Amino acid sequence: MELFLMQLFNGISVSSILLMAALGLAVTFGLMGVINMAHGEFLMVGAYTAYIVQKLFIAYLPAGVFDAYCIVAILLSFLVAAVLGFILERLVIRRLYGRAADSLLVTWGISLILQQAARSIFGSPNVGVKAPSFLEKSLRIHGMLSLPYKRIFILILAVFCLFGVYWLMYRTRQGRNIRAVMQNRDMAAALGVNTGRIDSATFAIGSGLAGLAGCALTWIGAIGPTLGTNYIVDTFMTVVVGGAGSLLGSVFGAGFIGIGGTAFEFFTTASIGKVLIFLCVILLLQFRPKGIFAVKNRALED
Amino acid sequence: MKTMKKIKGTTILAAVIFLLLAALPFYMPMFRVSLFGKYMCFAIIALGLDMIWGYTGILSLGHGVYFGLGAYCMAMYLKLEAAGGNLPDFMSWSGLDRLPAAWVPFGNPVFAVAMAVAVPVLLAVIIGYLTFTNKIRGVYFSILSQAMAMIMGTLLIGSQAFTGGSNGLTDFKTIFGQDIHAPVTKIVMFYVTLLVLVLLFALCRFLTGRRVGKVLIAIRDGENRAGFAGYNTANYKVFVYALSAFMAGIAGALYVGQVGIISPAEVGVVPSVEMIIWVAIGGKGTLIGPVLGALAVNSLKTTASENFPELWSYFIGVLFVVVILWLPGGVISLKEIPGKIRAKLRLHREETSSAEEKIPDKTAVRSK
Amino acid sequence: MEQLMERMDTGVTPVLDIEDVSIQFGDFKAIKDVSTSIGKNEIRFFIGPNGAGKTTILDAICGKNKVSDGKIVFHGDSGDRDVTRMKEYAISDLGIGRKFQAPSVFGGITIDENMELAVARKHSIYSTTFLKLSKEKREYMNHILEFIGLKDKRFQYPSSLSHGEKQWLEIGMLMAARPKLMLLDEPVAGMGRRETEKTAEMLKNIKKECSIIVVEHDMQFAKDVSDTVTVFHEGTVLDEGTMETVQQNQQVIDVYLGRG
Repeated sequence: MELFLMQLFNGISVSSILLMAALGLAVTFGLMGVINMAHGEFLMVGAYTAYIVQKLFIAYLPAGVFDAYCIVAILLSFLVAAVLGFILERLVIRRLYGRAADSLLVTWGISLILQQAARSIFGSPNVGVKAPSFLEKSLRIHGMLSLPYKRIFILILAVFCLFGVYWLMYRTRQGRNIRAVMQNRDMAAALGVNTGRIDSATFAIGSGLAGLAGCALTWIGAIGPTLGTNYIVDTFMTVVVGGAGSLLGSVFGAGFIGIGGTAFEFFTTASIGKVLIFLCVILLLQFRPKGIFAVKNRALED
Repeated sequence: MKTMKKIKGTTILAAVIFLLLAALPFYMPMFRVSLFGKYMCFAIIALGLDMIWGYTGILSLGHGVYFGLGAYCMAMYLKLEAAGGNLPDFMSWSGLDRLPAAWVPFGNPVFAVAMAVAVPVLLAVIIGYLTFTNKIRGVYFSILSQAMAMIMGTLLIGSQAFTGGSNGLTDFKTIFGQDIHAPVTKIVMFYVTLLVLVLLFALCRFLTGRRVGKVLIAIRDGENRAGFAGYNTANYKVFVYALSAFMAGIAGALYVGQVGIISPAEVGVVPSVEMIIWVAIGGKGTLIGPVLGALAVNSLKTTASENFPELWSYFIGVLFVVVILWLPGGVISLKEIPGKIRAKLRLHREETSSAEEKIPDKTAVRSK
Repeated sequence: MEQLMERMDTGVTPVLDIEDVSIQFGDFKAIKDVSTSIGKNEIRFFIGPNGAGKTTILDAICGKNKVSDGKIVFHGDSGDRDVTRMKEYAISDLGIGRKFQAPSVFGGITIDENMELAVARKHSIYSTTFLKLSKEKREYMNHILEFIGLKDKRFQYPSSLSHGEKQWLEIGMLMAARPKLMLLDEPVAGMGRRETEKTAEMLKNIKKECSIIVVEHDMQFAKDVSDTVTVFHEGTVLDEGTMETVQQNQQVIDVYLGRG
């Protein structure tokens, strides 16, 4: 029983990271019909930002305030990734609206460039980031069952992001505009919504969320230039299962891939677990080819 | 008329490329010949990918899987032949004391070659059937195919004792009883690869010339419309997917003998996407373009990684961006530029002359 | 309902019977218990305000939408078949052709090749690989190309055609398949008067060989071409009959003609 709960918690923990990474992706996919393969590299950017912030704290500030780095890192990793996303959208993504397959390939090219850049700057070997000391302990529930604070913190962060995005999308004027553009770009433009600005802003926010997820990742493992590649496939599966552009879909997808994946891996091996979860995804898509929470569309070709 | 001319131009180009390849052993050092043998395997993959992406509009990011299956099937045979009745080295390192049952029949070369083709086709039919009949389409399919490539990678690495793990299968000694490193064997393998490439090129040429090729283009341009015209588009997609898997499998089998190693690094997510750039840069939707693309990009890659390996990743990254954004037709489309300029000029002339027409004396201008 | 009985009494052989069809999208019932019957060589217009369910029912006939209740029976060469559970290509093979609202011809192949795909009756991979079109099929194809006025442009790509010409090409492609029933969704939308008149002529000619259902907003066009019209409103049939009788119906005037 304890083992089961532990596994469940691990699954939820993986899901929370996937969710953070997938939120931005789901929105940009749904909004602009653009597949951003470089999304994983925004994770990496966020992670390296946290790494640099930590280095700076160690080098220039007294050890007593070290733990405060985590707040700075969270903010900066979001910001740096968002700015990078903004630039990318302005320079490249903008030309690719509605050309999903092309956008996939172009952003793949960009991901290669970013990865190599990371290799040139930080070197190929993985680097480690020390989590703030207050996250090092575990919450002991009962007997063997103890939950690391780090993972609890990440979970809280993910829930916070989810509600942040929900609030943005459904409670603000900006969000109403985003949804308007998602549903009918031309109509929204005709009604005076500045679709270009919406696109850049949304893309930047999506990238920022990835950066945040990257920052969270530094606390549970080493980071390296290929960090993005390791997560991108799972993140996309999350979006595909849930349905592009749906928040609820992203939550469902993240839970499905995260919890399902860890469960399968627990009962079999890491690689067989991956095969099983893949088969489940294909099985699910048999019934809902555009994801569980996809919106129906009347156009002949889409 | 215009299409006639187009076909003629690409035919000449294809003939020139194949002749140059055929003459390669006469003017290049042996190790370069072997390299081109490898590039031709890639050209075969590119050809298959073009059928499915360029013609049918399905972007598969998982063809490394089919290439890998073909290659591993062949490599299992080569490995067993090299072991000469003993247990292959990596198996005893991993603590196996008996050859796994799945490996046993691969001691037979005919079986191995047959499997190198059959396994990829079978998997493609199953995956294709599951996805295409239920309208999993577009990028959804692309993402699933990429997940497949990732799984293939983890599976290969994860089952060390059966697949050699991340080292892959290597240290082959003989192929069909011949010394695999002997120049004669290498030359034979080179020409066999060339022959296969030419035959498959001819096959694709035949298919795209027939109505079936038009149906594929119709599916690319409007899949639902093609369905309402009475074509079972899912069948066609499974067919072309299996065809491209078949070609990737053959390419894999030919690859192993010439390169002497197959490992997860050649079949995972990254190489699978790289295959796409060969097609894109050469020119998707033309058959010779992808062949040219595969040969050119890989020659370049070898040169680059010999001299400045750091820069290659930047280069290929930039290539993706530039080609997809500004050269969607690939290098083959460059030949249309003079024609386009001429057409523009003609249009310009007509515009100016029709402008003149509005000036009082109409008859004078019309007589032109 | 009365009109329906009347029509049955006249002894027209039906090609298509829509029987108590309902279509549901989630909680929204787009079509509620619709019944109607299309006769042989009849041009039927489906009219009604936006959102009345006209296109939805066309989608159901050709297999694009699932029917949640009721039957759609097609009386073809192979006997009476309920098409509500069939795949779209199988429905097409029965002899029901569909034209969508936006012109959707295949841009990557020539006009000639577009027609070739449409005229071929065998759609298996084997036949598209190994079989050539029969001489008779070629001649029929030429005949249609002439009929739609695109014979001289046959080796061009569809991108060089005007909007109207694209629509005609698509109608031609439908004809090429020799359907028993043609479903046309707003065939004259975006056409000028002259083009519309030409299209009307075409439909009257096509009618000699098959039945046609047209969804259209252009009332003049409907008046000129239709044999009968069915008026839809909020997913139900409001009235059915000739254009003249329907125009007299106060209800119809209220919901539709009155507004237009």
